[in-house]
This record gives sequence, C-alpha cells and structure tokens, in this order.
Amino acid sequence: MSNSGILRSSLAKKYVMALSGLFLCLFLLGHLVGNLQLFIPGEEGQQAFNEYAHFMTTFPLVKLLSYLTYAAVLFHVVDGIALTLQNRKARPTGYVKEKGSANASWSSRNMGILGTIILVFLVSHMQNFWYMMHFGPIDFDSDGLKDLHAVVMRFFGPENGLAGLAVAGYVLAQFALGFHLIHGFQSAFQSLGLRHSKYSPLIERAGLLFGIVVPALFASIPVYLFYIQL
Amino acid sequence: MNLTLKVWRQNGPEAKGHMDTHALEGVSPDMSFLEMMDMLNDQIIRAGGEPIAFDHDCREGICGMCSMFINGEAHGPGRGVTTCQLHMRSFKDGDTIAIEPWRAKAFPVIKDLTVDRSAFDRIIQAGGYISVNTSGKTMDANAIPIPKQDADEAFSSATCIGCGACVASCKNASAMLFVSAKVSQFALLPQGQPERETRVQRMVDQMDKEGFGNCTNTGACAVECPKGIDLSNIARMNRDFMSASVKSKK
Ligand code: HEM
Ligand code: SF4
Ligand code: FES
Repeated sequence: MSNSGILRSSLAKKYVMALSGLFLCLFLLGHLVGNLQLFIPGEEGQQAFNEYAHFMTTFPLVKLLSYLTYAAVLFHVVDGIALTLQNRKARPTGYVKEKGSANASWSSRNMGILGTIILVFLVSHMQNFWYMMHFGPIDFDSDGLKDLHAVVMRFFGPENGLAGLAVAGYVLAQFALGFHLIHGFQSAFQSLGLRHSKYSPLIERAGLLFGIVVPALFASIPVYLFYIQL
Repeated sequence: MNLTLKVWRQNGPEAKGHMDTHALEGVSPDMSFLEMMDMLNDQIIRAGGEPIAFDHDCREGICGMCSMFINGEAHGPGRGVTTCQLHMRSFKDGDTIAIEPWRAKAFPVIKDLTVDRSAFDRIIQAGGYISVNTSGKTMDANAIPIPKQDADEAFSSATCIGCGACVASCKNASAMLFVSAKVSQFALLPQGQPERETRVQRMVDQMDKEGFGNCTNTGACAVECPKGIDLSNIARMNRDFMSASVKSKK
C-alpha cells in the first residue's frame, strides 16, 4: 500500500528520533553512574574510576553498547537535521508577528538549538576524554591501568589555565541537555504513540525529574573537581 | 475603540505581499473580529480602495472558513474560538493588531488573507471516509453496540472543522492534529475498522506529499484549535501508522 515506504514517511523519522533519543537517555544513566565515582576521594577513587574506564573500553558487551550509542547519536543527529530542514521548508514565508510562547514551551520550540549545543559539547567532550583514553598521551596508575582519573583531574584543575572556562562550558551544556530532556523525554513517548490518560502524567513527571536530576548530577562533577583543587 | 490595523496585502499567489497600515475608529467592543473587518473594508471601499480579501462563511464557528493569524496567534488571543467568534472586547482601545494569512507551503496565499486549503481536501480524499454499501440494505448504525466512551471520543475527534489553525500555529506547519482527528473519528468506531490500516497509511502519505512539516510535539496546535482537539489523537495516529506499516504487505 504505502508506496512511499515506511522509512521515508514523516512518522517513521519521528520513531527513529524517539527511539534513538530514549536509547541515549539510557546511555546517560550508565555514563552518569560511572562518572559519579569521581566523587570518591583519594587513591580509592582514582582506582575505582580507572577500573571503570578500563572496563568500559575493553569488555566486549560494553563495546557493543558503545557502538550502539555511536549509531544512536548518528541517527539522532542526521534525522534531527533532516527533520529541522524539512520543517523550515514547510513554511517558506514566516509571520511578521508570531507569539510562540503563547502556545508552546520554550524547550519544545528550541530542540534543534539545544541539540546543537549538546552536539558541540559532545565533540569537545570526546576530544578531551575519549580521545585521551584511546589515543592520547596518558600515564598509568599503580595497577598498570590508564590513568584517566589524572586526565580528568588535570583538565578541571589549576594545571589547565582554561579550567574555569571548561567548567562553565560543561555546566552550560548540561543546562541545554536538561531543557532538551524536559521536552524530549515525554515527547518520545508521544511520538511512539504511547499516550494514556493514566500513565502520561507520570511519564511527564518522570521526564521532568530525569531532565533536572541527571544534568544536575553531571554538572556537579566538574564543579566539585574544580572546587577541591582551588 | 480606536485601533491601528496592520494587514497583509497580496494581489495574487505570485505577487509580493506587504503589511498595510490602517487606522480604524469607532469600533464597538461587541463586534466580532469579522464585523470589524467588514467595517474596515467599508472604509477602504469608500476611500476608493480595493477591499481586503478574507475567508468566512457561517460566522458561528462551525464551518472553519475564517482564518487569520491575529497578533501572532491563529484566530487571535482567544481559546476555543474561531475568528468569527472572537470579539473586539478581547482588545484594548489604542491597540495595534497584526493580521496575517495562515503561513504554510501547503497553504499558498490566494489573495490577501485567503489561503488555499485544498490540501486538506486531498488528504480526506486519500482515505478519510468509510466505504459503505448504499444499495438500500444499509445496516442501521444504531444497531451496532458502541461503548459510550468510544462514541464520545469519536465525536470529539469529529468536531474538527478543518480550519487549519493547527497548521498555522505549528512552528513546523505540521498537519498532524487535523489528520489525526480525521483518522481517529473512524479508528474509534466499529465502522472504521475494515479500512483502519489503509486509511492511516494513505492519509499520512498524502499529508507528506502536500509538504506539511513534521510534528515535534510542541502542542501549539491543540492550544490554538478552536474545537479542543487534543494530542491523544496524534498519539493514536502514530500508533496506528506504526502497526499498519509493520503489518502491511508492501
Ligand atoms: C545524549 C544526548 C541526547 C539525548 C538523550 C537526546 C534525547 C532526545 C529525545 C528523547 C528527543 C525526543 C524525540 C521525540 O520527540 O520523538 C529528542 C529530540 C530531538 N533531538 Fe535530541 N537528544 C540528544 C542529543 C541531541 C543532539 C546531539 C542533537 C543535535 C542535532 C539533537 C537534536 C534533536 C532534535 C532536533 C530533536 C527534535 C526532533 C523532533 O522532535 O522531531 N539531540 N532528543
Ligand atoms: S484540528 Fe482543530 S485547528 Fe486543526 S483543522 Fe481541526 S479544528 Fe482546525
Ligand atoms: S466563518 Fe465559519 S467558522 Fe468562522
């Protein structure tokens, strides 16, 4: 029937957006649990974090998960750009006066901008930590593991003249992520048709909680590391 | 009331348009917005000008013809009203009011404030109906038991008047609210079941072909819809389209 095929349809693009977005939410949770180990003080914390980093880069199942995550980011970004371009084309002449705030939330109207901020952050984040872990000049700790802990501490410490800026950028990106999630989390369920008068209010509240707590915890780490090294 | 009106004027589909400014005095707060437009046109005609073209028909909120993007919102600042149901008491003396046509690639301007909404008709023609045998042995619809709640919900969806305010308000010019209402009014009833899957596929295909944008769930449509069509319709269509696409042979 549908001779345009499901994959070219506008709704299918939305399914891809929603599924990749929700998968990335799971990724965020996993990543957060790992990062929170940076709060463990002293040698113990260093060990725990480096073991975690070692595990994340070598364990086969995690490798598979990381490839899925790259794929999800790729699909999400490419699809997001395609949708945004199509949406622009759908209104070639804009309004002289438009009151967007009268009928829709700020985050819902700025998903593209918020996503772009997240993307810029993601690229620099990968360069600062992922690249260092895989290819960068990196020391080894007393257990013979790559000392990513030291890389992180140095990055947010006095040795890095731009540490303050790095912390600020990190926090800003987490704000963008928060707003992206506050709209995106519940929006993904709607895109997949999962709406129900009993459960949707719960999903909305869960999204609000997720969108505030997860970015706040992520942001607290560099702030803390910067602070203790002042 | 005395008002300053900034109105979009465009001579034809290909012509370049611009905002024209008019001063209108002595407007009664009890007038509907369309009556105010009539008064403005009267003033323009008396001065030897060309009246502003705008759509209207029933003037009681049931036909969906009146459009107009007023002060940045479809059908103006009111909620649950069409432009013909909007009254001048919603504005203040001395206000400046911007009046523009619906803006969407799929709704090209015909002249001034009138736009061509036949894209909606083509979406309906693509599948927004049920095929019934009218040979004289048609079954009495009341003989089919339907849960009250389903009947009520289907009726709510069916109250969509096809005005296009949802498209006009959506930052993506998406027609999802309209199409989903027209899908839902049948999907909720037994009579709609035989064609449920082909219907949603055909209507979504046509919607895409017309060049409407993609839904990003901002919810602006449901806020501006004069009939209170809500987002659960869109979710139902998303669900139905997914299962239809998975199950269909092609
Ligand atoms: C870890 C990072 C990210 C997470 C967890 C995430 C999550 C989500 C979720 C759940 C949605 C809602 C999907 C829906 O409405 O169906 C969404 C939408 C969106 N995301 Fe992301 N996202 C992330 C990164 C990005 C990036 C890097 C971009 C850059 C282009 C981006 C661009 C968008 C856009 C444009 C939308 C709206 C698309 C639409 O609703 O049609 N996101 N995101
Ligand atoms: S869904 Fe509402 S806004 Fe959209 S066409 Fe129908 S009545 Fe108008
Ligand atoms: S003129 Fe019919 S709805 Fe306004």
